[in-house]
Amino acid sequence: MRKWVQWLVIGAIVIGNVVCGSKSAGDNTTVSVIPERTPNEFTQSVAAGAIHASTGSSVGTSVIGAGERNDPSQRTGVVESLISLSIADWSILIIYIAFVLGMGFYLKRYTRTDEDFFLAGRKNSAWVAGVAFMSANMGAMEVIGYTGTAVKYGIHCAHFYLIGAVPAMLVLGIFMMPFYYSGRIKSIPGYLKERFDEKTRVFNAFIFSIMMVLVSGISLYLLALIMRAFLGWDWHMSVWVAAGLVALYVSLSGLMSAIFTEVIQFFLIWAGILILPLFGFIDIGGPAEVWARLAEITQGPITGSGSVAAIAPGGYTSLWASTADPGLNPMQMTWMGIVFGLGMTIAFGYWTTDFLIIQRAFSARDLRSARLTPIIGSYFKILLGIVVVSTGIIALALMQDPDSGFQLLARADGSGLPDYDSALPLMMARYFPQGLIGLGITAIVAMLMAGQAGNMSAFAAVWTYDLYQAVFHKDASPAQLVRMGRVATVCGLLLAVAGAYWARTMPTVIDYLQAISSMILAPGVAIILLGMFFKRITPHGAFWGMLVGCGASFGLFLLQQLDVIKPSDITPIENAGFMAANFWRALWAWLIAAGLAIVISIFTARRSDQELEGLVWGLTKVKRDEQVALYHTPTFWAVITLIIFIVLNVLLW
Amino acid sequence: MTEQSNTKPKGMRPIWYFAGWLLLIIGLIVIGTGLFELVFPPQTKTVLYELHASIWWGGIIAIAGLILSWRTRNMIVE
Repeated sequence: MRKWVQWLVIGAIVIGNVVCGSKSAGDNTTVSVIPERTPNEFTQSVAAGAIHASTGSSVGTSVIGAGERNDPSQRTGVVESLISLSIADWSILIIYIAFVLGMGFYLKRYTRTDEDFFLAGRKNSAWVAGVAFMSANMGAMEVIGYTGTAVKYGIHCAHFYLIGAVPAMLVLGIFMMPFYYSGRIKSIPGYLKERFDEKTRVFNAFIFSIMMVLVSGISLYLLALIMRAFLGWDWHMSVWVAAGLVALYVSLSGLMSAIFTEVIQFFLIWAGILILPLFGFIDIGGPAEVWARLAEITQGPITGSGSVAAIAPGGYTSLWASTADPGLNPMQMTWMGIVFGLGMTIAFGYWTTDFLIIQRAFSARDLRSARLTPIIGSYFKILLGIVVVSTGIIALALMQDPDSGFQLLARADGSGLPDYDSALPLMMARYFPQGLIGLGITAIVAMLMAGQAGNMSAFAAVWTYDLYQAVFHKDASPAQLVRMGRVATVCGLLLAVAGAYWARTMPTVIDYLQAISSMILAPGVAIILLGMFFKRITPHGAFWGMLVGCGASFGLFLLQQLDVIKPSDITPIENAGFMAANFWRALWAWLIAAGLAIVISIFTARRSDQELEGLVWGLTKVKRDEQVALYHTPTFWAVITLIIFIVLNVLLW
Repeated sequence: MTEQSNTKPKGMRPIWYFAGWLLLIIGLIVIGTGLFELVFPPQTKTVLYELHASIWWGGIIAIAGLILSWRTRNMIVE
């Protein structure tokens, strides 16, 4: 019976492809993008990485076939282009989707307890947990977005992979994991309950749930746009089919199926993008030639107002030397904003307190594996940075040579501004022949689907443990928890569908996504770090610090959106952009939350040492890895990562 | 801590086994496409088409998949 259901679902997908594919123009191997869309929707589809170009209000579209997609002449004038898929390309995509669904059904029989559903049974090796940890981060927004960021900011994009990731990942693995990884803690809000009190836990769970639904909605929206752009599916149907697929396989086995698909996605992503910089370097003539072209650029990226700032030569190629003054680098940032805003606040907020990421470490089979999880992830993060930044700077170098025929697509809002996020799909279209292009597109779809599954598994765990069980049903049995987890997954995806429709009305989703994360995560990390390392922080201090920190950050964001204040009002930089405002708003939220928590803690009662045992530095016995060889210890591998981190920063200085 | 269930399932295969199979299948499809394009070259070619990346990159993916699934074929996760 179960097999019949599987085949029915797979059959429905194939029929869906055939029916929707019939809308394609021309030959049966070409998939057409549906042209009748609103300008707003069109802009966002390009932002999502779909391959389109338009000259704004002009009418008329043309479809570029597989063989024509690298002919620059075909991209001039009024063009709406797309990547056509051959039967082989389709096969790869369909096989991937069938595989993911099959995994859900296969794993369901092994999902018997709430720990199986929410924590994958706590039996994963460090490698599985580490790969899933990294995969949860490798969403399409991450890969497509940061490739575009590298085109825009050159080598400065590497900050997001180095100081914006590695130190926080190592601190998580070495110092914080012993407090998190405990039999009695099943989520980050769960830690807050043990360390502080119920109200801090419920507030954190509540805002985290909102964030997950919003992020999931945006992710779903992008997934539907990709399916529409590449497969020619109707946008509405794409949203519902994508949500249905994710709901099906996540509700079957929870975190276990999410982690399995994340590992599969991990391999697909590397298979799909690892080769891209290699093509680029061969095409241009090697890394030295790419570097030489970038070093000569003396203009910053085009801003939203259409202006271009002049920068000193070398601004695109030096990671730190050009950050002494905002006028020296295309990001228009100083080292202070990068170190304190990105490195200390946003990075720690994301890597050390975002349950979506840390849930993977919780699935590890023992403490050593859990500590190794983010450290293994840090190696892949650095490698991903090399691939993504290289691809972006190659695209930038190609743009310096008019004969290359490579140029970014224009945003379709008629502004004439370049769409940086079109870089990765354009690079794929330039170099990938049939077969490989199917693999590349499958990798993008896999990133989006796995990201969606990650959001939903984290949402289901926090909702079930930290809201449903904590507030509504304290005596829920394990069977009831699993049932609630499945219901939460489906309901969460329905909310995400609503979020996708909301995201459709927004001009730029990526910027808002960063703003949402910085508003919710920055105050949280301040409270968690203080609570973890200082026993004097009290429950009242933690609760009010987090509440006011989030409120202040949200208030600043709202005032900025209403044009009451400018980004430069909250940063020490004149003409600060949206990115700088995100960094500094996060830093202010962090400082407000931490400051208030400390002040209130002075005047309120703290919990006893016995209650805080195992939860606070100094009151916790950290287990030594005495039984294993040195090269099996988390510290050993963390030191190696640290050396690589320092060497890369010095080399790119 | 357990849900009601009367049947005990067999041991679970590791994720590496399934990932290996998927890579093997996809790698073979990519190789096949590359060979097809070698015999019947497309009218307009992608940049660096002459590298025939589908063949060797597809081969690397297929070999990686084969090794992964072969090495984990008898492995069971408790």
